[in-house]
Formats: sequence, C-alpha cells, structure tokens
Amino acid sequence: MAAWLLVAQVATLVVLLAACYRPLGDHMARTFTSDHDLAVERGLYRALGVDPRAEQSWRNYLRSVLVFSVVGVLLLYVLQRAQALLPYSLGLPPVPEGLSFNTAISFVTNTDWQSYSPETTMGYTVQLAGLAVQNFASAAVGLAVAVALVRGLAARRSSTIGNFWVDLVRAVLRVLLPLSVVAAIVLLAGGVIQNFSGFQTVHTLTGGTAVIPGGPVASQEAIKELGTNGGGFFNANSAHPFENPSGWTNLFEVFLLLLIPFSLPRTFGTMVGDRRQGTAVLGAMATLYLASLTAMALLETAGGGAATQAAGAAMEGKETRFGVLSSVLFATSTTLTSTGAVDASHDSLTPLGGFVALVNMMLGELAPGGVGSGLYGLLVIAVIAVFLAGLMIGRTPSYLGKQVGGREIKLASLYILTTPVLVLTGLGLSFGIPALTRSLTGTSILNPGQHGFSEVLYAFVSAANNNGSAFGGLTANTPWLNASLGAVIFLGRFVPIVFVLALAGAFAAQAPRPATEGTLPTHTPLFVVVVVGTVVLVSALTYFPVLALGPLAEGLHP
Amino acid sequence: MTTTPTLERAAGGAFTGGQLLRGLPDAFRKLDPRSLRHNPVMFLVEVGAAFTTVLAIFLPVVGGSGALFTWSIAVWLWLTTLFATLAESVAEGRGKAQAASLRRTRTTTIAHRVDAYDASGDPAALRAPTSDIPSADLALGDLVVVAAGELVPGDGDIVAGIASVDESAITGESAPVVRESGGDRSAVTGGTRVLSDRIVVAVTSRPGETFVDRMIALVEGAVRQKTPNEIALDVLLASLTIVFVVVVLVLGPVAGFANATPSIAVLIALLVCLIPTTIGALLSAIGIAGMDRLVQRNVLAMSGRAVEAAGDVSTLLLDKTGTITYGNRQAVEFVPLPGVMETELVSAAALASLADSTPEGRSVVDLARTLRWNGLEPEGEVVPFTAQTRMSGIDLPDGSRIRKGAASAVLAWVGTVPEAVGAALATEVELISASGGTPLAVAVQADGAFRLLGTVHLKDVVKTGLKERFAALRAMGIRTVMVTGDNATTARVIAAEAGVDDVLAEATPEDKLALIRREQEGGRLVAMTGDGTNDAPALAQADVGVAMNTGTSAAKEAGNMVDLDSDPTKLIDVVTIGKQLLITRGALTTFSIANDVAKYFAIIPAMFVGVFPGLEALNVMRLHSPDSAILSAVIFNALVIVALIPLALRGVRFRATGAARLLRTNLLVYGLGGVIAPFVGIKLIDLVVGLIPGL
Repeated sequence: MAAWLLVAQVATLVVLLAACYRPLGDHMARTFTSDHDLAVERGLYRALGVDPRAEQSWRNYLRSVLVFSVVGVLLLYVLQRAQALLPYSLGLPPVPEGLSFNTAISFVTNTDWQSYSPETTMGYTVQLAGLAVQNFASAAVGLAVAVALVRGLAARRSSTIGNFWVDLVRAVLRVLLPLSVVAAIVLLAGGVIQNFSGFQTVHTLTGGTAVIPGGPVASQEAIKELGTNGGGFFNANSAHPFENPSGWTNLFEVFLLLLIPFSLPRTFGTMVGDRRQGTAVLGAMATLYLASLTAMALLETAGGGAATQAAGAAMEGKETRFGVLSSVLFATSTTLTSTGAVDASHDSLTPLGGFVALVNMMLGELAPGGVGSGLYGLLVIAVIAVFLAGLMIGRTPSYLGKQVGGREIKLASLYILTTPVLVLTGLGLSFGIPALTRSLTGTSILNPGQHGFSEVLYAFVSAANNNGSAFGGLTANTPWLNASLGAVIFLGRFVPIVFVLALAGAFAAQAPRPATEGTLPTHTPLFVVVVVGTVVLVSALTYFPVLALGPLAEGLHP
Repeated sequence: MTTTPTLERAAGGAFTGGQLLRGLPDAFRKLDPRSLRHNPVMFLVEVGAAFTTVLAIFLPVVGGSGALFTWSIAVWLWLTTLFATLAESVAEGRGKAQAASLRRTRTTTIAHRVDAYDASGDPAALRAPTSDIPSADLALGDLVVVAAGELVPGDGDIVAGIASVDESAITGESAPVVRESGGDRSAVTGGTRVLSDRIVVAVTSRPGETFVDRMIALVEGAVRQKTPNEIALDVLLASLTIVFVVVVLVLGPVAGFANATPSIAVLIALLVCLIPTTIGALLSAIGIAGMDRLVQRNVLAMSGRAVEAAGDVSTLLLDKTGTITYGNRQAVEFVPLPGVMETELVSAAALASLADSTPEGRSVVDLARTLRWNGLEPEGEVVPFTAQTRMSGIDLPDGSRIRKGAASAVLAWVGTVPEAVGAALATEVELISASGGTPLAVAVQADGAFRLLGTVHLKDVVKTGLKERFAALRAMGIRTVMVTGDNATTARVIAAEAGVDDVLAEATPEDKLALIRREQEGGRLVAMTGDGTNDAPALAQADVGVAMNTGTSAAKEAGNMVDLDSDPTKLIDVVTIGKQLLITRGALTTFSIANDVAKYFAIIPAMFVGVFPGLEALNVMRLHSPDSAILSAVIFNALVIVALIPLALRGVRFRATGAARLLRTNLLVYGLGGVIAPFVGIKLIDLVVGLIPGL
C-alpha cells in the first residue's frame, strides 16, 4: 500500500478531530460545570440518594469512585457466574471463577484484557448488561477523575473537587451515550452487524458448512472504541469483519478511539479559563502521537526477514482488507489510547514495530491516552515538568498559579512510580521464581527466546497501563497470569487514581498566584517540548533495560 | 574533562585546588554512614561501594574472575561518595572561616551590671552601684554600663547615652557608627566595641542566643533546615532512586531468562550510574553556597526558606528616602525672576549657603560651582535656619543681608513687592512644587532696599542606575512599589523618574501593613526593607523582610534577613541570589537526569552484548570493551561531581530576563548539554581506560 494512503487517512483524521475539538471539548466543559440537571438525572440522583449540589472532598470523591468500581466488579462477576440462568445466553455455561474475576476487573478498569474467546464464552446478556455497561461506566469514571483534577487546578481555596455521582451520571448521559448512538448508527451503515440471531450454520460456496456468530455488535463496538475500552465482541476484535468490515470503518473506528481523548484538552483549557493551556496539552499529545505513528510506519514497512520479502510486505498476522499501514494506524492509536482493540496481531508486528507498540504503552497512556485517564496522566507529567522547568527559571514552580511543592511532587512522583513498579515487579516475580518461570515457559509462552519474553513483558505493560491489548501467542488463562495480571490491572487503575484525586485536593486547597513575566509560561511550544521530553525521558529511563532484553535483542542484528 | 559549556565556564570560577585540599579531612569524616544517612542517594552509593569492596575481597576466595574490574568499580564508587562529601565540606569551608572570626568576638567579657537602676533620677547610672559579672551570666533585661574601649557584653538597646561604636567585627566596615538611646539607632550588638563616651544598655538576648551566635550557626550551616523546594526535590530524587532500584533488582532475573545474568558488581555500577548522584552529591553544597553568597554580600538570612522566598517575590516595597533617592534634596536649578541676572541669583544663593553645612546647602554651592561661580566663604555673620524663621542666610560686612528659605517666609521678610514680581514668584513656586520639587526663595537687602532675586529648585534626586535595575526587575516579573510619606504629587513625580510601578504616598506604617496584606491576598509574595520599630509589623508580615543592621532590635527581630551594610537597594541582590539558588538546583537536577541516557548506552550493550550480539548497535560510542564501557561510565559519574563543584558553589549564571528566555537557555545548556556531555566524556575516559591491560 502506498504511503500516500496513510497520509490521506491521517489527514482525514486530523480534519475530523479538529472539527470536533471545539464543540465536543466545550460541550464536555459545560457538562461538568453546569448547574442544570436533566429530569432523568434528577430521577437517578433521587434513586441513588445523592444531593447533586453537595460537593465532595477529594477523600469522599475517591471513596465514591472506589465503592462504585468495587460494586461494579462484584455485579459483573455475579452476572458471569450466573450466565446459565440468563436469557440470550446461547446455551453457554457459567464463566469459570478465575476468568470471571479477571474479566470483571478488566472491564471495570477500562482495560478490557480478555483471557478468553468471547463468542464461545459470553452470551448476549453478559455482553450487553455486563460488559457493555462497564464500557460506559469505566469510561465515565475516567472522565470524572480527570474532570476532578481539572477542577482542583481551577479552584481557589476550595476543600471540594465536585460530586462524583453527578460527574458519572452526566458523563454517561450527556457525553458517552449520545456519541455512542451516533457512532453505532454509522457503524451499522458500514456493515457492522446488530442482531440476536445466535449461531447460524451456513452453506459456503464450496459446498461445506460453517457456523457464523451473530450478536448486538454495532452497539457495543461504538462504546468499545469511544470509551477506549477495547474489549471485542469477537476474539478477533476489530480484525473480525463483523466488527470492522471495511477500510473506511477501520478509519472511523480509529477516529472514535481518538475523539474524546483528543477533545479533552479543550475541556481542560475551558475549565481553567485559559484555552491556550489546553492547546499546549493537545500539542504535547499530538506530537507524541505523530512521532510514534511515523516511527511505527517506517519500521513496519522496512521490516526485514525472509517471509516479509517473499510476501512483499510484513503481512503475516495482518488483515489483507487493511494492509500494513492501516494496521499501523490502528495499532498506534490503540496502544496510545489505552484501548487495546486490535485490527491486526501485535505479536506479528516486526520486532521493532512491536517495540514501538510497547513503548507507546510505556509512555503511560497519555498521548492522548484513555478517556479521562490520558488527560490526567499528561497533567501529572506536566506537574513534574513544571517542577524541573520552574526551578530552572528561579521560582518555586507553579502550574496554573498552583504551587508544586513537596506534597504535590510526592503525589505526582508516586503516580509515575506506580506503573513501572507494577510492571517490573510482575516481571521480576515471573522470572525470579522458578515455579512461575516454568509455568510461563511450559504453558503461556508460545514463541521461544526473547520474543517469548516480549510476550510476557507486553502482557504486564498492557495490564499495568490498562491498555488490554495482547501480544497474541501468550496463553494468559493460567492461574499465575490470571491472578497477577488481574492484580496488576486493578492496582494499575486505582492506585494512580488515588494519587490523582489527592493531587486534585492539594491543588484545590491552594489560592492561585497571579502569573507575571517571571512565572513559567505553560502554554508555549517550549513548554510542549519540555513535557514531551519529560514523558520520553521518564519512560525511557525506566524501561530501557527490559526493552533491550526484549524487542531490541530480537530486532537488532549484528 | 568534558567539553560542555557548563564545565568550561565553571573552571573559570573563583575556586581553587587549595579549597579542595582543605576540604578533604572533613570530607573523609563525612563518609561516616551515620552522617551520610540524611542523603539517601549518596548513602545508597556508599552501601554499593562497601558491597563491591566485599565482593572484590572475596572474589579470589570463591574463584571468580575479573578482580581488576571489580576492584576498579569499588574504588571509583568510594571516590564517588568522597566527591559528594567533599563538595559539602568545601561549601562549608568558607562559612567555617567566617564563623571562626566571629567566634573570636564572642570571648567572655566582664560586664558592669547596674544593680539598682533609677531611670528618672539617674538615667546614665552615674551613681548607681554596679557589680562586675562575666557576660555569660547576664540575664534578659539586665542593665549594663559600657564605657569607651570596652566590648558590648551582649545584644541590647541603649537606654541612656550616645556613643560611637566599632562594628567591624560583624559588618566588616571599619568606620565607627553612632548609636544613641531612643529612636531607631538604639540597638547595639554583643561583641562590638564602644570607642567613645559611655552608654547604658538593656540586654535583649540571652547569652548563646545573641545575634553573633545566630550568625555563627548560620554561616556554619549548623541550623540548616531544608527549604520547601529542597524537600520537594528530595522527594523527586528519592522516587527516581526507588524506580532505579526496582529496575536493577528486576534486571537480574529477567536477564537470567536469557542466560545473560550480569555480575553483582555490574548491577551495582548500573544502579549508581542511574540514580541521580550528581544532584544528590551537590544538593546540600548548593544550599550552603547560596547562604554563603548572601553572607558575602553582608546579608544574613535567618532561614533558607527566606532566601527561597526571595526568588519568588513578585512585589518589592521600597522606601523612597535613602533607597530610591539620595535621602536629601539637592539643588538642580536657579530660576531668576524677570529682570534679575542669573549670575546675581547664583552668587547670592551660594554666598548664603557657604556656611550652611546641611546637604541641601552644600548642594546649592555645588550647583553654583558648576555654573562657574568661584566665590570664597565671606566674612560675616551666619544666620542659621530656625523653625520659626524658616530661613537662613548671612549678614555681610558691607551691611547687605542675604536670606534664602520658604517662599512665604522670604516674602514676609521682604515686605511689600511689586505685584508683577510677586506674581512671577508665585508662578515659579507653583511650578516647582507641582514637579515634586521644593522651591527656595532668595532675597537680598542692600542699601536698605529689599530685592527678590528668584528661586532655587531643590528636588529629590533619584540614585543613578536605579531605573535600569527596576526595568530588569520588571522583566523578571517583579513589581516595585515606592513607599513615602510625601504627598501624592511629589511622590508620583519621583516615581515616574525612578521608573517604579506604583506609589504608596503619605504612607503610615499601617498603610504599609495593609498594602502587604492586600498583595499577599492576591497571591503575591512581598519583600521590603525597614529599620524603625514602627516597621516591625510590616517586616514580620512581608514574605521577605530585610532589616537594616542600623535599625532597632525590634525591626531586626521581625525581619527574616538582616543587611549588615544597611543598604536598602540590596533587596534586589537578595532576590537575584534567591533565584540563582533555585536555578542551580533545577539545572543540575536536569543535567543529572539527562546524563542517564548516555550511561544506558554505555552500560546496557556492555552487559548483554555477549548473549545478544545485535545490541552492539546500541554501543554508539564504540567503547573499547564491555568492562571498559561500564568502568568509564562509573568514572564519568564520579568525575562530573568534582567538575560541577565550582558551578554548585558559584551558582548558575543568572540574567534578569523573562522566564521564557531563561528557560530556553537553561534547557539548552543543562538539558541538551546534559544529554550530550556524557557521550563525549565517557568516550574520552574510555580511550584512556581502554589502554589498561585486562579491561
């Protein structure tokens, strides 16, 4: 496929995203600052027993997030275990305990890591009432936490950072649901299926028979991409023709992935009353995104090896409908947004292409990142960048007038520490304890040598960053991986949220200092460079050794 | 050693090898783990050094190879630790010398304590009985008599008497100063010497807590508390250290999966290279040196927090008199009335002022001299200025009389004047007043006839160079506010001339306090100077309050800095030093972190190239061998500390520009420079290390 097609696709994306940036960003800002409740919302608040005007301290906000999420995990677990009793379960048995647990955590945390093959494991009721519901809820939680942090930055001597229940309800009803309806209709028009017909046996042209699955796919596909969830209705995920029929639906799905994360900087800028700040955040996200896309495109098209040369391109594991570059576009977008949906097997990317996919997640899912989580991840990095840059201009560092002191740096550092420590601890245990290593090499790892190591590395990086995509080849449905990845996914989601909300509380309590000629301007291209540099440096320094032993050892040849 | 601009520039600093040598004994003493524990980064390096040493010793026992390599790593890790302690002891060295000289002033003297003081009957305690006790036994509130030639036994306020005092022990200024009871010049400091007269002093501080004691503690760094920014930086460095400890811990098993398990010495070397040792080693030296730079400018900061706050100041309150202007009005222009020759006015005004020793009088003569008037002091009777006449002048032997003074007073002296002359004078007086000046009318009586000659324009003269400094402050985002008791018109004229941003006219101490509160309410940090007792509340409220050493003890107590030179413009230096302190910390942290990139490129391929030959592609420096690569990185890591000691002590160069430009420059030098420098440095070291056989 010619490179111009990728350029055209990216150009289309840029135009579409740019067109939505202002209206969607401003709509979200209004959504989370408005004093007006819809009738249906008032009904919900009454049912929940919530006073929509009562603001919460960061501790109460956090408590609400955790309670909501833990209840979500429990409900989803019970739903899976009770599958046999539910209608539209296609005669499928209850989901096994370990897998139910892993899946419940995975969907509630917006990770959507799937240790199973959906079409043979989950009936329609679990898919719709369980997984799809969490696709909305987990994305809404991400949005709520991000908005809480932005409120903290915008507040002035406030002990509260908003009301979680209000943010949650509004995120679902005013942002995610309307967008999903539109997206689902477009996907339907593009050929994505939406039915309740179960498995159908058809006669193929060659005279044989085949069983093809049905299902309410379009409705779930929309929120899967929009909410940066990534859990496919089918095992093949967006490589399946019923989920992603054609070249243009592929592009549309990429657009859906990027839509909310790339519009949130506008929401941020509007809410803090200085849109240039939002533009700078957008600039940092876009710079990283485009750099990564370019790198992967170059590495994938330059992919060596005998098979590649024979086929003319690194097509193994990629859909012929999409080709190398559209797969690269999807792979970049899905790994940079914490989505984890795939339209090609990441295991089959060239070693160095896979290296880029890994690095994308290692950056911390912030360019543009998951719904909400991308924005708060980037803002935390911005706090660190502000600290270093602020010292270098001779002032106590401050971001948007809020001082970055010991407490703020502690929280931001802990946030940044969490994911690498989870990944590295997981790897250390996996390869440090002989019994676990035997389980990995015996059951889980498909490929020998360093590619096998990369599979495990990818799994932990994907889990800790709540991405959910997998380097295929790894059999994750083992006791060790189900348990450890489940734990890593859970901690990788909620430990950072604790620090983000505490940071929001710390910022909210401060009175902002006015900006002068002597304060660090955080809306300039120079600051964008500093933020991008901090992101790259922090993750490069943390992961360089394991990358050297994984994809680099595999991909670099003497 | 390397070629970054940073290091080259640092070499030019005022830093000698002698300082390093003198610091060595103390540096060894600081290797004690108990004293190193407060610096987690360097403590970790020391633990690594000890561990590697043990490894090297037992290597022959367990039959391992690579003894030379392990010993080399051990030695250089010890050197890394030593260089860190050396940096701190060199920084403390200067303060120590200063403290020693201060301590000499603290020798116990005999104090003449007044036993029964009678404030009304015998204020000078001439008749009261005194007892001689050692100064160390003085209590708060004791009254002591100090006569000429004696040392003041403790800090206090003069309650009776006036004396000239030699304060050179503290200020370094050899000219004696006058101290007297009452008013704002009543404070005396223990350890200074009374040169003339006799004073009664009420002791205001306990022995051991005097000003000199506090100074000693400060310059020695004994009371150094970590500042807020230092704490924040410590947290960041600790987090980075934790991440790298985890990285290195995990690397063992992970590399084991590929049968590429590195040796423990190599892992320790990697860890030491990755953790932010450069900034960890220099952080406390930077802080001590920053305080020291203040002390060298004769400013004593009572806490590092105050110095840091100085860097954040966004509003500067400056007194007009003495700070912005020279403090005295000066003649700037002679304005003759119509029909009067300018030379006649000049001559009369100068004659009337020759015997006038006030600064104003002298300035009239000075101005006349510049107009080529060369009269001599005449014989005659000088008429001094009194509050009643509001005039001064001279009665010449030839019978003519000259008077200068307030226009209304001179007019009254002259009696009736022609209407036109009166109107012309009134116009001129108004003009001068409106421009913020003071008009001085001059009249002469010769041969029985009174004649008005004209006016002398006196005005506050703004100190030279201030306008530029205020402009520089504005570029740094600092607003200057002039505080004055003058009326608004006068104040605004001076303000415009000096280029300050705002004026607080007809200011009372309460107004000043209210202004500070208002600024702080808006999130701004305020700095001010003051000396009087009525400045004390404002000094205490301000984020940075610089008290003049000539001021009262109340003022000195309220402020968080004392300027020994009593030069209010020094506030600007204080702000600069505060900023420089933060910039140096930030720049070296960035440099330290950026260095890691090159170290990875040296060490990671060296560790695994045996198993994965492809990783040779990462050996971009083309280092000699795996062992030499790792050792070179460790050596660079150690030497860069020494190379940066001068920069840490002197501080990063600071130019008063906007934040954006400053950031761009420092990012280029310390960020980009920090990435590039170690590539060059490690390569150069490797060229030498590669020559050693066996590595």
